[in-house]
Amino acid sequence: MQLEKVILAVITVERDKIATGGAPVFYATDKEEQEKIAIYLARITEGVVHDLENGVYILVKH
Amino acid sequence: MRSSGDALKNNRIVKIGAIDVSLFQDILKIESFIQATACGVIIGTLTRYYLLRRDYRQYPSYPHGVLANMALGFIASVIGAVAVPALAEKEYTAVTVLALAATQFREVRNLERTMLLNLDSMQLVRRGPEYIEGIARVFEARNYLVMLTALLVGGVTYWGSILYSIPVALITIFISCQLMKGKEIGQIAKVREGKVYFKGPNLFVEDIHFMNLGTEQVKNAYLERALGVVIEPLDDNGRTTLANLGQRMAIAHDAAALLGIYRDADTAEFTPVVRRNLDTGRVALVIVPIEKDIEFLLEAVKRVPVLESALRMPLLNPIGRKASD
Repeated sequence: MQLEKVILAVITVERDKIATGGAPVFYATDKEEQEKIAIYLARITEGVVHDLENGVYILVKH
Repeated sequence: MRSSGDALKNNRIVKIGAIDVSLFQDILKIESFIQATACGVIIGTLTRYYLLRRDYRQYPSYPHGVLANMALGFIASVIGAVAVPALAEKEYTAVTVLALAATQFREVRNLERTMLLNLDSMQLVRRGPEYIEGIARVFEARNYLVMLTALLVGGVTYWGSILYSIPVALITIFISCQLMKGKEIGQIAKVREGKVYFKGPNLFVEDIHFMNLGTEQVKNAYLERALGVVIEPLDDNGRTTLANLGQRMAIAHDAAALLGIYRDADTAEFTPVVRRNLDTGRVALVIVPIEKDIEFLLEAVKRVPVLESALRMPLLNPIGRKASD
């Protein structure tokens, strides 16, 4: 089976919510920076940003 | 002596007369043969042109694609037109060409399918394989329609008169257009506007959840520009048809093709999406168009063809009928 949806990156303001994982993790100091990093990464990777509503954004390639 | 000479003379005249008559008959026969074939070919080719204009919306490449299909339509009408006179002349081998042609036209379907699938990967909103299969099937079927038209016109001209060929052609084209006219979404479902809103990061159109979208920038773009359409199936047949993913891709593609789409390769979040409410079977479309005009969007969605491969009729079966209450 081929995986079609992949988490490309994790962008978080909550350091303790993230353990190690397959995807690179980007730490942001505040919500504003998190937004900015997320938009940049989304444009670069052609992925879509999803909000897990716990201070963590994930970037997914669909 | 004299009488036998007269007889010889008379005989010769009679013979010459016979030759003349049969020659005349032959010329007549050839003439009606040519007439029948020519009528069939001309009307068959014109039919192909007429049918080609009708599917212009689905058509990817204009001048060259048209020429390629006109050429195939011409070949189909030659084969169809020759068939009846050939049968009448007891030239049965000529008719076997019909069978050969059928395999050739199956290739047309493969050709169209491969081409459209290759082009599809470059589109911002894809047609999807089901829609493409439907288009390819139409291209194949239309060549058979042309062959049938040419065959009927050829036959009528051969046995009747050239005067009959035009009414017969018109009737055949009319009947074939009626028969080949598929259903549209507007006939199997009610299409109306739906409100687009966010609950937290989750995008909804009425009660149907679409997706989770992260950034404020994207959310604001949606709230400002997006349009929502709710498609309510009229019965269980419609519900099953709309559940098909290929059908839903076709709806998104046609809506985006007609109203434009506010996205580029690097903004995947603006891809139009069609999602389904599991409880009611309703589906909804959310799209961020260039032209924000709900009236035309509803019209565009209503006119999306119901794909042959997506069409399901559970209500035709007693089990499906009983299960539906």
